[in-house]
Amino acid sequence: MSMNTPSKLEKVFKSGHIAVTSECGPPRGSDPEAVTSKGAMIKDHVDAVNITDNQTAMTRMSSLAACIHLKQMGLEPILQMVTRDRNRVALQSDILGAASFDINNVLCLSGDHQSFGDCAQGQNVHDLDSMQLVQTVRHMRDEGKFLGGDDIKRPPNMFVGAAANPFADPFEIRVPRLAKKIACGAEFIQTQCIYNIAKFEEWMRRVRERGLHEKVFIMAGMTPMKSAPMAKFMKNRVPGMDVPDEIIDRLAGVEKKKQAQEGIDICVEHIQRLKEVEGIAGFHVMAIEWEEKVPEIVERSGLYPRPEV
Amino acid sequence: MIVADKKPIEEIIETVKPYDRILVLGCNECVTVCEAGGKKEVEVLASALRMHFIQQGSKKNFDERTLERQCDHEYLEEIRDIMDNYDAVLSLACGVGVQFMAEKYHTTPLIPGVNTCFLGATEKRGLWTERCQACGSCVLAHTAGICPISRCAKRVMNGPCGGSTGGKCEINKDVDCAWQLIIDRLRDLDRMDEYEIVTPIKDWSTERAGGPRTVAREDVQV
Ligand code: SF4
Ligand code: SF4
Repeated sequence: MSMNTPSKLEKVFKSGHIAVTSECGPPRGSDPEAVTSKGAMIKDHVDAVNITDNQTAMTRMSSLAACIHLKQMGLEPILQMVTRDRNRVALQSDILGAASFDINNVLCLSGDHQSFGDCAQGQNVHDLDSMQLVQTVRHMRDEGKFLGGDDIKRPPNMFVGAAANPFADPFEIRVPRLAKKIACGAEFIQTQCIYNIAKFEEWMRRVRERGLHEKVFIMAGMTPMKSAPMAKFMKNRVPGMDVPDEIIDRLAGVEKKKQAQEGIDICVEHIQRLKEVEGIAGFHVMAIEWEEKVPEIVERSGLYPRPEV
Repeated sequence: MIVADKKPIEEIIETVKPYDRILVLGCNECVTVCEAGGKKEVEVLASALRMHFIQQGSKKNFDERTLERQCDHEYLEEIRDIMDNYDAVLSLACGVGVQFMAEKYHTTPLIPGVNTCFLGATEKRGLWTERCQACGSCVLAHTAGICPISRCAKRVMNGPCGGSTGGKCEINKDVDCAWQLIIDRLRDLDRMDEYEIVTPIKDWSTERAGGPRTVAREDVQV
């Protein structure tokens, strides 16, 4: 097994296991407990955990700081970085900062537009885009150089990921776009939350047609629905989200206090179905502000215990 | 062209308050086309101001004039002989014209009468949209003639982002996704294979980031 980095996530993939990751959103405050308590809930059920970077453009504790908290309690963090708020100086600098704490995974994103968040009147940066950020991390790691050309002493050694949204438009370029991210150096992919299984399977079929599943580890994004209203909100209000009516109907079909459980059941069923799809290398279980449910989902999906690597 | 929009009259009233003799100065170029600062708008604004201050019982004089261009020394000279008659000039030119006036008439207070918005075009009467952010290094040859810098909310160079839905941008259902437009046109040009070419990291030093810019052309200098 040839490893590019010391990343535990890379090792799980390359040992042939189905990987499991989850997500922690840092708090809107400076209490480290808010991060570590979430970490403790999922610690034994995931191989690595994403730390979001001011998601939905809401100002929060920095992703890097939260990664350090989790690293110090023995978790394997995936540093999310968006290109919205930092230029190439700041991005490279934070990559080095993360590497100094041996944070071995990064996920490169463009980030939601600031108009969704609490600083709609602020500037955005977008000096690089998400693909160029992938290239940047790979350049720093593989060439041991800054974008400016100078040598880096102790280059960052990070396993590099990117996101893919099989459901955004136009559909015809969704697979070419994945190919582009791979060409830029992405080694793992986490997808947008999947609810439209048929459309996702069609995307995977096209991915396999081009052999892309052999070039990158694809993790299917799963988010359990808490209620029928949440499903409706996701369908109508979250850009790039595809929630079929049958999901909403199924949730609405059970009484209110049982909808959350129904949401978990749907999630588990989806994971079990997608486990059979060739080219799926793992699951990214994003239980937003519902981290305590991750263990149940992972266990019931037959993904527990996590392998020792 | 440069697209500008009218400033709220309340804001203009506040800024002209300290002056008694004011020249309302229009420009016959871009701001005329976008109906924010041409001869017609000068007329309308000057009479609105006159009316307001008469009602307030204050005596102010608003004269009207519209120049061919305010971003040109030659035309700005045309008003040199009358400038002594005014305490201030309310210029309805774009930010360039206002500043050029200020440089030429160093001791006359200048008040902008419009908000200068962007480089764009008239979509239809009463609707102007952005097309260019003057990045100083045009990439339209590689993006099917559609500018991802001015028309994509995140100026993504390798788009679209994951928020593109039904041809619209994630920020607003009324805004076209630039990358949807790029892909549609690549397809129509039968150049979809170019989509997979990765656009490298951009040199933004020719853009605003590099500081105030100059174009110096020795070949045409006299
Ligand atoms: S690429 Fe630059 S110069 Fe060309 S239209 Fe866009 S902003 Fe203007
Ligand atoms: S939806 Fe389209 S235009 Fe809007 S930010 Fe994303 S790529 Fe740019």
